[in-house]
Amino acid sequence: MLSEALLEVKNLETNFYTEEGVVKAVNNVSFSIGEQETVCIVGESGCGKSITSLSIMQLIPESGKIENGEVNFAGRNLLEMSKKEINRLRGNDIGMIFQEPMTSLNPVYTIGQQMIEPLQEHLLLSRKDAYKKAQELITLLGIPNSEKIINMYPHELSGGMLQRIMIGIAISCNPRLIIADEPTTALDVTIQAQILDILRDIKKELNTSILLITHDLGVVAEMADYVIVMYAGKIVERGPVMEMYTNPQHPYTKGLLKAKPLIGERKESLFTIAGQVPNLAELSDSCYFADRCEHRMDICLKKHPELKETSANHSVSCYLYEGEAVR
Amino acid sequence: MSETLLEVKNLKKYYSSSKGIFSKKNESVKAVDGVSFTIEKGDVFGLVGESGSGKSTIGKTILRLHDKTEGEVRFKGEDVFSLIKKDLRRLRVQTQLVFQDPFSSLNPRIRVGDAIGEAMVQHGLATNKDVREKVLQVMETCGLSPYHADRYPHEFSGGQRQRIVIARAMALNPEFLVMDEPVAALDVSIQAQIINLFSELRKKNGLSYLFISHDLSVVEHLCTKIAIMYLGNIVEMATKEELFDNPLHPYTKALLSAVPIPDPRVKRERIILKGDIPSPVNPPSGCKFRTRCPIATELCAEKVPEFRDVGNEHFTACHYV
Repeated sequence: MLSEALLEVKNLETNFYTEEGVVKAVNNVSFSIGEQETVCIVGESGCGKSITSLSIMQLIPESGKIENGEVNFAGRNLLEMSKKEINRLRGNDIGMIFQEPMTSLNPVYTIGQQMIEPLQEHLLLSRKDAYKKAQELITLLGIPNSEKIINMYPHELSGGMLQRIMIGIAISCNPRLIIADEPTTALDVTIQAQILDILRDIKKELNTSILLITHDLGVVAEMADYVIVMYAGKIVERGPVMEMYTNPQHPYTKGLLKAKPLIGERKESLFTIAGQVPNLAELSDSCYFADRCEHRMDICLKKHPELKETSANHSVSCYLYEGEAVR
Repeated sequence: MSETLLEVKNLKKYYSSSKGIFSKKNESVKAVDGVSFTIEKGDVFGLVGESGSGKSTIGKTILRLHDKTEGEVRFKGEDVFSLIKKDLRRLRVQTQLVFQDPFSSLNPRIRVGDAIGEAMVQHGLATNKDVREKVLQVMETCGLSPYHADRYPHEFSGGQRQRIVIARAMALNPEFLVMDEPVAALDVSIQAQIINLFSELRKKNGLSYLFISHDLSVVEHLCTKIAIMYLGNIVEMATKEELFDNPLHPYTKALLSAVPIPDPRVKRERIILKGDIPSPVNPPSGCKFRTRCPIATELCAEKVPEFRDVGNEHFTACHYV
């Protein structure tokens, strides 16, 4: 960690009340993000990575409830703030970028109208200044003809351009933290490379921290300083990026790394993790990964292991690393 | 001597995109603009490209799911587009198609076992008596359990649903499968399971595939021959080894360098392409890639590069190779 934590999430628990029962989408999750640090949360669909980020911003859908925990941002607990205070924070100190740029922008307003809104609201710029700043942002993000683009509607732009506009809106008020939820998943590889480059530049120039949510281990390796692996609502392992790729410990992290085909590596068959993600409404007391794990022991079926530090800043939630006494 | 299964010659598919009834302009989207390739028996032919490159259109056109604009498609020597209804029905047994989204390819009101068995009975591969047994057999090959047969599609996860769709395709014992992004919607751990299933089926049943994908790492793992598409044309085509060890076209190089490597120790020079794919309604003159190409010159704007053999069965369309 580079310096003091900018964002600190402590024992966060978000539950959804559905017909099938209580879904523990985020289950006792703790982590922190330092100034100018990029933290990646990686995991498969349904592991709670998006809900974690939405919980931080308090944007979770109505059937969900944040039932426990603290989210400290720059020393203040976001969960205790009033709606008005949170609204000031969103878009001002914390910017968000979502997966689908097409659905994140309003189709009946021009790009310019949507870009100046946070500028007028948070930075209290005049309409004219806001337009000027928006135009600068568009140019900064590598889109030519900013004076034309600013008067266009979202449907007139391609996915890659819209994602740039979204990034532009997110950084327009010089946020201290950018939360990006699968920002490149819907884009082609060549466009993804452009967007990742922009995010890296922004981090350098604006000194922001980034919380990046993704399922792509390649993107994680390129962007992250610190990696968090989630499975079934829980953090199973977290550590600095080098550690995680050279010395992964949790069987799930190892499996994920081995299951992805690599360019240049031609092997007969791929490593697979048998079975599938458990239903979050029907979790038992066992380790949630137990029925897919090749190292399963008796204790794994009795109790979910705690997240314990095994080396500096590297923690894992697995009985394999809890010493002989437990086994 | 290997046997040619599918031969595609100069295939073109244009969609008209006239804007409104009063518009005099009659523009066409050149989704596929003169593509030729052959697939031998046992080949896994990978078709790679970004969105809008025309790869899915090729998959649908060669199975005659819609009409062509120009060109020729031959399956085992027969012209697919001149088949009469009876013969076309035969083709529908020999060739099968698997789409990206398994949820929208399954009828939510039909039990999985019935969905798999229906085509078997229709095409006379099973009778009402033994269909159940044959369905269970196919399901087993695809990694599904017998009790799954009586369930409905919504009871399955994405990976299992994709297995069901594959089982349904395999039920007719086809020789040739078109896979349109079959693993794109799946998580990594499930994706690996399905990819291994493809390899097994190929070994066991001697299947040939046309594998459409945007993911180069998956294509490298699975395919024997690969074609890279850009705006309706194949820009480079070679065996897997040739293409990945010795990529020639600047677009292929850029694509390869853009794939993020899951290893933080690897730092490499990225070729970042500028801009987006141009509109297929009004593609650039000459070489279509020139607007984004890092080495484009005036020649590229004037002349369409020829798609030619550069040795070793390696084809590419670039003036500067």
